[in-house]
Amino acid sequence: MVRLIPIEVNNLKKHYGDIKAVDGISFTVNQGEVFGLLGPNGAGKTTTIEILEGLRKKDEGTAKVLGLDPWENGKDLHQKIGVIPQQFNFFEKANPKEAIEYYARLFGTPVNANDILKEVLLEDSAKNSFENLSGGQKQKMGLSLSLVNSPDLLFLDEPTTGLDPNARRAIWEVIRNLKAKGKTVILTTHYLEEAEVLADRVAIVNHGHIVAMGTSDEIIEKYGSGERLEIHGAKELADYIQKNTELSVDYDPTKGVVSIQLNKKIDALAALAAAEQSGLDWGEIHTRRDSLDDVFVKLVSGAVDDSGNIAADGTQNKSYNSSKKMRR
Amino acid sequence: MSASARRIFADFRVFGRGYLRNGVGLFFSLIFPVILILLFGAIFAGGGAATVYVQNNDGGQLSRQYIAVLNGTGVNGSWPIILHSVDPSVNFTQFLKEKSGNSAADGISIPQNFSLDYQSNVPINVTVYGSPSQSSSQIVSQIVTGVSNSFNLKGTAPIIGVSSQTISAQQTKYIDSLVPGLIGFSILISPMFAMVNISAEYKKTKLFKQLSLTPLSKMEWLASKILWYITLSFVSLLILVAVGIFVFGAHITLTLWLLPFIVLGPTMFCALGMLVGTLSKSVETASVIGNVITFPMMFLSGTFFPLYLMPEYLRNFAHVLPLFYVVEGLNNVMVYGNYGQALIDIGVTAVLAFVVFVAAAKLFKWRED
Ligand SMILES: Nc1ncnc2c1ncn2[C@@H]1O[C@H](COP(=O)(O)OP(=O)(O)O)[C@@H](O)[C@H]1O
Ligand SMILES: [Mg+2]
Repeated sequence: MVRLIPIEVNNLKKHYGDIKAVDGISFTVNQGEVFGLLGPNGAGKTTTIEILEGLRKKDEGTAKVLGLDPWENGKDLHQKIGVIPQQFNFFEKANPKEAIEYYARLFGTPVNANDILKEVLLEDSAKNSFENLSGGQKQKMGLSLSLVNSPDLLFLDEPTTGLDPNARRAIWEVIRNLKAKGKTVILTTHYLEEAEVLADRVAIVNHGHIVAMGTSDEIIEKYGSGERLEIHGAKELADYIQKNTELSVDYDPTKGVVSIQLNKKIDALAALAAAEQSGLDWGEIHTRRDSLDDVFVKLVSGAVDDSGNIAADGTQNKSYNSSKKMRR
Repeated sequence: MSASARRIFADFRVFGRGYLRNGVGLFFSLIFPVILILLFGAIFAGGGAATVYVQNNDGGQLSRQYIAVLNGTGVNGSWPIILHSVDPSVNFTQFLKEKSGNSAADGISIPQNFSLDYQSNVPINVTVYGSPSQSSSQIVSQIVTGVSNSFNLKGTAPIIGVSSQTISAQQTKYIDSLVPGLIGFSILISPMFAMVNISAEYKKTKLFKQLSLTPLSKMEWLASKILWYITLSFVSLLILVAVGIFVFGAHITLTLWLLPFIVLGPTMFCALGMLVGTLSKSVETASVIGNVITFPMMFLSGTFFPLYLMPEYLRNFAHVLPLFYVVEGLNNVMVYGNYGQALIDIGVTAVLAFVVFVAAAKLFKWRED
């Protein structure tokens, strides 16, 4: 039995003049999977996803969605997929119920509007016009419309951007339920947490490239720095350990933490012995490994703030400073 | 019902409902023209004295006295007619016919030898030209008869007789052409302003992209808008005709000949508005370009004031404005009953509507390349 791969993308490119919005992206999304495109603003997520939806024409490469060429067979494809564009927008005077009925007429499929509203947790606002809905309710309305034609494949472009944490969790719940029903979902986000919570596999996108792809564990394994020993102490301590061992040592002056790369478990012993030998003061010790967050920061060369932009001075407000910064 | 018709109707419903809920559009398309007709109608209708042309073919003292009395000389307060004298060398009936295309075309012709004949008791015939159906002509007749009777009182037998000649039934009042003018105004502004704005807005907020993900086609979307604005224009027409007739006593006809204009006009301006809205880079640019196109048309196509009141260069300029043919056509069918000329207006409007529609269909893209 041949199982159709819902999305297959190979070496996809889209350039706008000098801007390489998408510059050779390849990935596949499997049946029943939630696939996350994670990246800062301008990474090329929307361009990629809109090419797959048949809304933009690619420059180069191949893209097959449900076995169709999205640009050439857009009308056929649209019958089978559900989409919420980035910043979903609708006729301001229409309410969710009317919108669903409108879509049902356009698709020529009879639907029970109340069932769909229940599915996206929007029953309470069924009769509020779009302009009066909160940000989270608007996104839910977008989700409800993307479900009208009962698609098996959903495209969600930044479904929770700009929402408060509660509204975000409500959307996550809806998406998890859709996954539980066996739907395949591709979503974009610049919230690492969202990708971690929802996606089975993640592709980290930056400057039109995929810089890492796989499950969270796979990505951490491959791009993370492995285990580190952290010792609270002074700069002199870091210098002493560096001088008297073979270990690679970093120092975070803001936190007063000496951090030692553990290539072997036994490295910890050498580090602690050196610390003791130094006669300097040292406090708490613990080990930690890179989280997906750390890897993400490393791969996109900076922390991504709440609105999706890379923070100017990179790594502030992160729990751990990358070694790159220290050595400078 | 075909799938396409079903989608057009679904979109028509949603759009129409939104339109009715949002008072602004409704105000401009239905209520504003009524305010204008009440305003302009009250300012310019009724009150004023009628212009009457008089040709004195006699040079004598008595005819001048007769005319002075006709002109209300010595009467305090308002006099219902104002005389304009026309040189005896002019072909008077021809002159009046030309004038009758416009507003007043009542005329009084004083025969040769009026003074001499009056003194020698030879019967004189003063001719009153006008159209009997018009109230202004009736007033002129009454005045001429009354003045002549007072001259006749001097002698034993009546000397001055009054005969009337119909010059044309086309004499119109300002209100008569204000009704078709404002219908044209409504046909222009409701779809133009709305379509420029929503097309630019939908493009900016990606609503067009959103819609392109459904089976609705861009032509079906446009068709539903056109249907909506045809409906609105039709309602506006009925309201304006009713106000014109019942409030101002306008002499206008409701005929099937109006239909081509009510269909073609909104089609043309919906497509034009969509073109401007989708081709502009931003909502603001769209609105500026929209205004640049709409405002001259709004004022210079004979909507508020008949074109004959305007200087010649503006009259000529009007011919490049698409709305001109709609307003002229509406005047021809509603006021003048000039169906031959109306056919030409329908033809021009149809060609323009077709061209704009095809351009909109070709240039408007749901998706980007
Ligand atoms: N239609 C367009 N014209 C020109 N540049 C564009 C266009 N669409 C996207 N871009 C550029 O391509 C890059 C990627 O944009 P986008 O795909 O929207 O990123 P993301 O969704 O990841 O924030 C950005 O630099 C953006 O400015
Ligand atoms: Mg985006």
